[in-house]
Amino acid sequence: MFGLVPTSLFASGLHPASAAAIAFSAPSLAHLGPLDIAVIAIYFAMVIWIGFYLKGQANTSEEFFMAGREMTAWIAGLSFVSANLGSLELMGWAGSSYQYGILAAHWYWIGAIPAMLFLGMVMMPFYYVCKTHSVPGYLKLRYGQGSSTVAAVSFAFMTVLMSGVNMFAMAEVMKIVLGWDLNFSIIVSSLAVAAYVALGGLRSAIFNEVLQFVLIWGGALLVPILGLVETGGWSGFKARLAQNIATGAVPGGDYTHMWRSMGHFADNPMGIHWTGIVFGLGFAISFGYWTTDFLVVQRVLAANSLRSARLAPVIGSFFKMAVPFIVILPGLLGLVVLTNGDGSLMHLVGENVVAANPGAGLHSYNEVLPLMMVRYLGPGLLGLGITALIAGFMSGMAGNVSAFTAIFTYDIYQPHIVKHAKDEHYVLVGRIVTIVGVIISIGAAYMVMHAATIMAYVQALFSFFISPLLGVVLLGMFWKRATKAGGFWGLLLGTSVSIALWAWVYFDPSALKYVAFSADAKDMAENMYRALWSVTTAVVVNVVVSLFTKPRPLSELVGVVYGATSIPTEEPVPIYKNEWFWTGIAIVIFLALNIYFW
Amino acid sequence: MHSSGISIWFFIGVMLTIYGAMILGYGLYELTLPQMAIANFHASIWWGAVLLAAGLFYGVRFRPGHES
Repeated sequence: MFGLVPTSLFASGLHPASAAAIAFSAPSLAHLGPLDIAVIAIYFAMVIWIGFYLKGQANTSEEFFMAGREMTAWIAGLSFVSANLGSLELMGWAGSSYQYGILAAHWYWIGAIPAMLFLGMVMMPFYYVCKTHSVPGYLKLRYGQGSSTVAAVSFAFMTVLMSGVNMFAMAEVMKIVLGWDLNFSIIVSSLAVAAYVALGGLRSAIFNEVLQFVLIWGGALLVPILGLVETGGWSGFKARLAQNIATGAVPGGDYTHMWRSMGHFADNPMGIHWTGIVFGLGFAISFGYWTTDFLVVQRVLAANSLRSARLAPVIGSFFKMAVPFIVILPGLLGLVVLTNGDGSLMHLVGENVVAANPGAGLHSYNEVLPLMMVRYLGPGLLGLGITALIAGFMSGMAGNVSAFTAIFTYDIYQPHIVKHAKDEHYVLVGRIVTIVGVIISIGAAYMVMHAATIMAYVQALFSFFISPLLGVVLLGMFWKRATKAGGFWGLLLGTSVSIALWAWVYFDPSALKYVAFSADAKDMAENMYRALWSVTTAVVVNVVVSLFTKPRPLSELVGVVYGATSIPTEEPVPIYKNEWFWTGIAIVIFLALNIYFW
Repeated sequence: MHSSGISIWFFIGVMLTIYGAMILGYGLYELTLPQMAIANFHASIWWGAVLLAAGLFYGVRFRPGHES
């Protein structure tokens, strides 16, 4: 449910309403025993150990900011997915699937897989061959310093802000699930992230993201497995769900099909049309996030060869397709297995209902995953499940912080503040900026704590930058005629249109029928179509302005544009190591999943 | 990732081994208790064993000094 927003909550899949909902929910659901506490403590000890161990391997800027470009395809691929797999995604999307059914899986499949494969097979060669250290760095090579600086400043600002929002929401989750103090959660988790990223740089962040990825699966996988065992498999689940719907115990609706109700906005509870899903989510939002957001692209740029860089998103796509098993399925299973103390079926409700009935013992949709964990996980396993949530949060935060550090140092500090310093100077700046980034994030977390509505608006801010950036990067990469002025004005006007459309609907909700083509459209549909308007504007403006301005000579575009770049030929490998082979397999599985759950 | 000394898979192996041993150990202890949670399915035992096996595999396979 990352809507239009590419990082943190949205990028990781949580709708603003869900985020705010999680943040202001009620009392603690679980109590940890000594074994659970030990599991969590061991995790923290491990991540700090890794940070200290890798400190000696982050001495040059290439090592600190780009992990020495030594990552294998598997490490880069798992890190690529892990940086996006936040704990709020786990909880938010599980809640959405309880509420809306398997529709939520669109954000994992069509909302991710085509873009990930496109990044690996089509765009990665250009990113990798030009040896850029960042997406704004690519813009600098292609369009000049102006576009690069605009993208860098907006990305740096949004990244630390979102890191703070994420931090606050996570602290609230810990308060709800475990009753932990907000300040304790914020300080402990942010100190741990600051320590291991400042010590070991991107290498440490990536190492820990892989560790966290394993933990997330180790901690969360058991819930759907045990749920399916209890319900008698997928068929048994569907039978029990049908029975619950027939008796009125569960609201009517199609919970197990993804496309059948997409014919009209009013036919599904999300208020979405298939055109919005395919073109808005599947292209404008998804391609914007997975191919131009430096938070995830940074992980792939750290690969040790072009083949690894191309394979990494392909490997990531398989795991991304599998994530609904630990996110969507537990939410669906909650519809039939969660019961009250008296054995009756538990009914989760919206946050507004919970807030309106304090003391009634109600639980919100967003609590479905913790409730499922409490149901199935005993001592030790519950600690592992909670550790998975914490790990998810920390991997997302470390992703934000390491991306912020690289962007600030390479794309703001170096070109505008200190241009020609020794390499050690920039490494030192990177370490300091890591700490500063975490401190700003903590400040943002406390700011959100005192002004909760900021959370929704901050996420809208992201939508203003990513889709136009996609339009500008794509044209720059595949059209030699695109000019510096075209890129700059495309980015500026694409962003302006996105902001204007958002403001139009904000002040006049009836404008939704123009922005999203239907008065029945809801928030998520609005995000999708607004992204589409934005990327279209950026492309059209870029084309028109470029045609009226002087293009750069072809010799200056070598390494950054299709047609002016020769992609290095890689050594032949057995088919099971070939990136095109695995891309083909991923496409087949992607299509099969959509057809099976049509 | 081998050029940087200890492989990340070794760290993962160590962690899974510790977790697996703790959870499996508790699962075995749990068998001696009079009551079991209804929906537990002895998950601590078999999931702990899975974690322990995976941890030992990675811990040994990617141990420092062992070129894999």
